[in-house]
Amino acid sequence: MNAFDPFAPGGQRSKSSRLSRFQAAVVIARRDFLAVLFSRAFLFFLIGPLFPVIVGGLAGSIGGQVSREAVASEVGLAMSAPDNAAMIEAASQLSSTLGRAIPVVREVPEATDPGFDAQEFMAARRGNYAAIVGGTLAAPELIGTQRQVARWEGPIGLIAGQAGSGAPLPQSETSSLTVAATGASERANRIRTAQAAQMVMFLLTMLLAGMVLSNLAEEKGNKIIEILAAAIPMDAVFMGKLFAMLGVSFVGIAVWGMLGWGFWAIAEDAIVTVTQTDYRNLPGPAVGWPLFLTLAIVYFSMAYLLLGALFLTIGAMANSVREVQTMSMPVTMMQLMVFFLAAYTITQPGSALETFAILFPLSSPFAMLARAATQEVLWIHALALIWQAIAVVLMVKGGSMLFRKRVMKSGGAGREKKARWRGLRARRASISGAPMATDPAE
Amino acid sequence: MDMALGDRMAAGNRPGDAGWDETALIPPEPRPLAIEAKGLVKSFEGTRAVDGIDLSVPQGAIYGVLGPNGAGKTTTLRMLLGIIDPDEGVRRVFGHDRPHDIGRLIGYLPEERGLYPSMKAIEAIAFMGALRGLPLAEGRRRGLELLESHDLGHAANRTIRQLSKGMAQTVQLLGTLVHRPRLVVFDEPFSGLDAINQGKLERMIRSLAEQGTTVIFSTHVIHHAERLCEGVAIIAGGRVPYAGSVEAARDRIPAQVRLETRARDGGWTAALPADTRREGDFFYFTLPETGVEPLLRRLIEGEAGILSLSIERAGLHDAFVAIAGEAAARQLEMDAQEHRR
Repeated sequence: MNAFDPFAPGGQRSKSSRLSRFQAAVVIARRDFLAVLFSRAFLFFLIGPLFPVIVGGLAGSIGGQVSREAVASEVGLAMSAPDNAAMIEAASQLSSTLGRAIPVVREVPEATDPGFDAQEFMAARRGNYAAIVGGTLAAPELIGTQRQVARWEGPIGLIAGQAGSGAPLPQSETSSLTVAATGASERANRIRTAQAAQMVMFLLTMLLAGMVLSNLAEEKGNKIIEILAAAIPMDAVFMGKLFAMLGVSFVGIAVWGMLGWGFWAIAEDAIVTVTQTDYRNLPGPAVGWPLFLTLAIVYFSMAYLLLGALFLTIGAMANSVREVQTMSMPVTMMQLMVFFLAAYTITQPGSALETFAILFPLSSPFAMLARAATQEVLWIHALALIWQAIAVVLMVKGGSMLFRKRVMKSGGAGREKKARWRGLRARRASISGAPMATDPAE
Repeated sequence: MDMALGDRMAAGNRPGDAGWDETALIPPEPRPLAIEAKGLVKSFEGTRAVDGIDLSVPQGAIYGVLGPNGAGKTTTLRMLLGIIDPDEGVRRVFGHDRPHDIGRLIGYLPEERGLYPSMKAIEAIAFMGALRGLPLAEGRRRGLELLESHDLGHAANRTIRQLSKGMAQTVQLLGTLVHRPRLVVFDEPFSGLDAINQGKLERMIRSLAEQGTTVIFSTHVIHHAERLCEGVAIIAGGRVPYAGSVEAARDRIPAQVRLETRARDGGWTAALPADTRREGDFFYFTLPETGVEPLLRRLIEGEAGILSLSIERAGLHDAFVAIAGEAAARQLEMDAQEHRR
């Protein structure tokens, strides 16, 4: 440490002032963002969500296959051979116009046995038939569970009727005029878009906001918090950390989005087939796709900052990593509650519950995103964003204050303010001559 | 810290003394205060950790906060820095009652050292500077200079977890100073340092003060405070029984005289003060208020045969015992032993 000269040529003394809260937050955000981004753990964080997608895809595919094999949708035929043939022919003809409403019909091989009893056969749980049709074309007899009988009674009667007539049943020629959408279909489509958008936003916040829980653990463990607290206001530390993690989240979303786009480019048709959703023709939101996507990004940021501020505060109160882990489950449950609240109100625009969901800061971004999908009105988004921004600031302020009081063991300011407030009230009371109110806490 | 007139008189600047400086008797202009605290009180869960502390630290001084562990030193420093707010009382740093408002002027090295383990040494210094408003590029440039001047240039791009404990401590110290603060607060800075690094740190503190930087540090090792500090606050049980110059603290204990004579007995012994005790060939007694000259005259007249006479001023340790009490002094000694181990 020899030859140390802190005032050596090369710089002037520090200017007399302080960093603004914004500048201080930027210093923290920059450090945290780079520290997370260039850590090895971040790579695992990026590829982590891909595992459930792959596993889910495989499980879904296998499960679908098993389900298709396990669920009986075939109706067995135990009629005479000509009647069976006529039934198969009629079912084939009808399914071309009625599709899945018509069951697959198949002869029951065991029915050729003269002593075959369909009821006994079904009761013995033999074969893999939803039901068995016996009797004649004029009087078909359906054997199966009550549920299956109720399900197939109509279609079997129709098939038997056509098979018995020997010719296709008469159909009237229907002419058609189409419109792009009806009020009912547009509303239904927009609700689907709102649900999908809320779900995506919920999944992303659940996946990403949880990281914030343990965000102050390193500083507390390494005692760096003392240096930070001595240099800059604690709310700037909180804000910086939140924005750093939001930045990290956007990096994650960008990477996953690019991977998703890559998969889509390679296997567009396969994805549509497997998920049974045509993403190319998703119903448009009320405000249009460009504005909706913009609002989705902004509302995601707000949801992240609001939840993050809460999580950061909760995590900051924890004394150990174990406590943080213990807290993660109730925190996830709380996220779910907020999501359910917002999701429940999609179909109830203008209701008191929807208004509550919009006003309650944690559910507000979710409820407003659904609004963007279902209603064209724009000014309400400006109001909601202002309110959400205010809520973020208040939560960060409250969280940092709590942290200072509970963890840094700082206090007194509140007491001083309270004393000042009491003094002010006392002065007012003495001026007005009114009796002075007493604080019940005293 | 300014010596009061009385302090200087007590320190030996008396008319007729060799080196008598008449101008020294003219009270100097009071130096502006870097830190001013009045009636600071802080309680934790009903226990008063700090109980009405007053402090005044002039700009450019090296000031020690001396007391045993648990006396309230760290809590006091944390209040002065704005890390925590006092329950009662006021604190002003360079005239501001919110220390964060002048964050760029302050450097702080906490007792429990902490750095981000995955950060490179140079980045850690630049980051600590950035927290105090120093642009990152400038922080890196100054950081490299500082590391090189401390023979740690080779470690600039190593992560903190790759450094030895001593090297990491030096990095944090440089990070505390990289923005060239006007006030540096060290909480137990010598804790955990070996003798060589303690010496280096002492030189660094002196160098900072020579450049006009105010340095305030807490310690439970008396000789650090005695060697370095112009002013000291003795703190025990959350109170400050003494705050002032080190010299004035020492002068609270009268100087001791050690006398060696050729003659063992004689009429001259009646001239010795009442508190005189004899240990072997030596007589020990408190320096009389009238000074040593009248006594010397009588000893010579009584043919005591003076072989040697020395006046020993009390040390800061004696002053601490007198001011803070035996129990606090014992605790301080135990802390110091623990520190040495």
